[in-house]
Amino acid sequence: MTRPGDLAHHTLAVLVENRAGVLARVADLFARRGYNIVSLAVAPTSDERFSRITIVVDVESSPLEQIVKQLFKLINVVEIVELAPSESVERELIIATVSAPKSIRSQVVELVNIFEGKILAVSSEQMTVSLDGSPRKIDDFEALMVDYGIVEVQRSGRIALPKIGQIAPRLSAVEA
Amino acid sequence: MRMNGGQALIKSLELEGTEIIFGYPGGAILPVYDPIIDSGIRHILARHEQGAGHMAEGYAHATGRPGVFMVTSGPAATNAVTPLADAYLDSVPMVCITGQVGLAAIGTDAFQEVDTTGITRSITKHNILVTRAEDIPRALKEAFYIATTGRPGPVLVDIPKNIVDATNPDAYFEFEYPDSVDLPGYKPDVPVDEAAVAAAITLMLAAERPVLYVGGGVLKSRGADILRTLAEIVQMPVVTTLMARGAFPDSHELNLGMPGMHGNYTAISALQKADLLVAMGSRFDDRVTGKVGAFAPDAKIIHVDIDPAEHGKVRRPDVPIVGDCRVVMENMVIQLNAVGGADAFGDRSAWRQQLSGWQEKFPLTYEPSAPGELLKPQFVMEKLRDGCPSDTIVASGVGREGESPSQYWKFDHPYTWINSGGLGTMGFSIPAAIGAKAAFPDRMVWAVDGDGCFQMTAQELVTASVNKIPVKIALLNNAYLGMVRQWQEMFYENRYSEVYLSHDMPDYVKWAESMGCAAFRVEDSDEVEAVIAKANAINDRPVVVEFRCHSEEKVFPMVAAGASNDDVIVDPSQAALLQSERLHQAGSQKETLR
Repeated sequence: MTRPGDLAHHTLAVLVENRAGVLARVADLFARRGYNIVSLAVAPTSDERFSRITIVVDVESSPLEQIVKQLFKLINVVEIVELAPSESVERELIIATVSAPKSIRSQVVELVNIFEGKILAVSSEQMTVSLDGSPRKIDDFEALMVDYGIVEVQRSGRIALPKIGQIAPRLSAVEA
Repeated sequence: MRMNGGQALIKSLELEGTEIIFGYPGGAILPVYDPIIDSGIRHILARHEQGAGHMAEGYAHATGRPGVFMVTSGPAATNAVTPLADAYLDSVPMVCITGQVGLAAIGTDAFQEVDTTGITRSITKHNILVTRAEDIPRALKEAFYIATTGRPGPVLVDIPKNIVDATNPDAYFEFEYPDSVDLPGYKPDVPVDEAAVAAAITLMLAAERPVLYVGGGVLKSRGADILRTLAEIVQMPVVTTLMARGAFPDSHELNLGMPGMHGNYTAISALQKADLLVAMGSRFDDRVTGKVGAFAPDAKIIHVDIDPAEHGKVRRPDVPIVGDCRVVMENMVIQLNAVGGADAFGDRSAWRQQLSGWQEKFPLTYEPSAPGELLKPQFVMEKLRDGCPSDTIVASGVGREGESPSQYWKFDHPYTWINSGGLGTMGFSIPAAIGAKAAFPDRMVWAVDGDGCFQMTAQELVTASVNKIPVKIALLNNAYLGMVRQWQEMFYENRYSEVYLSHDMPDYVKWAESMGCAAFRVEDSDEVEAVIAKANAINDRPVVVEFRCHSEEKVFPMVAAGASNDDVIVDPSQAALLQSERLHQAGSQKETLR
């Protein structure tokens, strides 16, 4: 199984006009053309006319070039930037409720501390923990938590920015 | 000027130069129908919303201007889905206005409420749900701009009832029509990459077996004239796809005709054996390529298309050129003339001889009817072609009868061929012909339909009669869903499942007469010519001519779905000849290998 933090995935930051239904247009396009979305995060930008959708795409399902070209055909898509993992800082958030009875609670706490995560809630049998970090780090953390028994887990979509001094390539439908 | 949303919508259509609205009123769109009474725009009341949509498409195909159709919410919007999808797949410029329940009722499963923009999102170039009356002019401006620029397509504008309601004070505003659009993500004008054109010319100069593979984009860009200039300079054989019939004259010596699933042997084989394809506004559709991996295996590809997503979608081009076909071809001609024009091209007589050899051996052919036998559709098409003016507009149905006119008509003028190539919509031809005839009342317009297609949209002949739009319908009645029957015969061991319709039920002549048409029935080959002449002499009402056709007649050549173009099936009378030709080719290939 591929993990969200898999380096083979591509991260696209898609700047869209803030118009009704724009997220549905993007999601529909992926569904209709058979492209796989690994994760998705949407938020307004500092310019209220636009929002940014950060999409992690599985390029094994279809070539990135077609995905980008089809995205550009959406009237409300303004700009697409590819954020290569090696030239970007990337973050995801995980919240997990794990099985942590008294006998092993200290081990879970120790792991959370090693990863610099947080403990959000504790009961006699379970513990809810959170961690933000690079997708790889989140993958590793989740894998370790599995050993203790994950009751429920929720990961956020990935967000990313180019590293300071790096300029992420603006993609174009014509040259892509 | 102060007006309400309904008045603003009609005013916006007027300012966009709309001549005709094809439509059908209903609850939610009522407030927009009221100001139509005071407008100079002609409204044609269809008998079904799907018909209104195909009429708008026919109008757009024939004129190059956007077709406009308007319907109400709910079931009307769902009836509009088929023509929208049809226009999307064939890149037809259209603006569709749908009524919607009032804003307060949206999302409540109100009467005649559907999520129209949701339903049509993947089958329109764009759609817009307008939420304020004062946004209507901007939405209409954007709709027409998006529909007609770049790769054309349908745009839907969904209008909630309350913002057009004359009794709602909030529906009134000071009308002002924008003179530009603000669409930061939409930049349809791409300057021609002259270096790419130069690279294309280098390939053209080097090619020994080139083919110009012309698609519907040439017609959409109104590029037929410059295509002819270009083809004559580069002296390349031309194939015109189903969407491009008429873009290049069939009578021109360079024209090989139509390739694809039911193309002719020479056009199909020319693509297969070419060493260079200049794809001009064509999209490597599966009906043209057959099995993609086996398509034109030795050919380098120059691909000109206004939609960059077409480059590499099916076949990776060696030289992609993004741009309007007409503009790119104009640039090509300038650059070609600078390098010596036609004189720069070497001798390609071997290629031309090979092609003309195929044309001689494998022309389109069919077995004429024996005395007493019913008509052959090919024969009817030949007689119809010969009995009509050369600028006659022909709209075709889909299936058996969609293929006959594209094969047997002689297209010598662009914008005379209207068909549903992408979606393959049965029932397309009658309303599409009505739309074209409404645009050009002085031109002759024929729809060629099968009995299956006819029964899907024949009610629009009432629209034609009432509105004095005298289209003519050639109804090729073979009592079957002919194309499905052909597949069942060839690929399902003659197991005919649910394809029989009957020659006599309904009585097409009575039905046509009841809809205000003149109607004739022809069963004998000897009568065909005279009845066509009689039909062509009638100009005061629509005419339906029912040609009783042979049920078992099939369409050849044929490339079976998913098969390689190399395995084209020709008319049975040519099968033995093709067999020996293939053996000969295989033999000479072995020689080369040694």
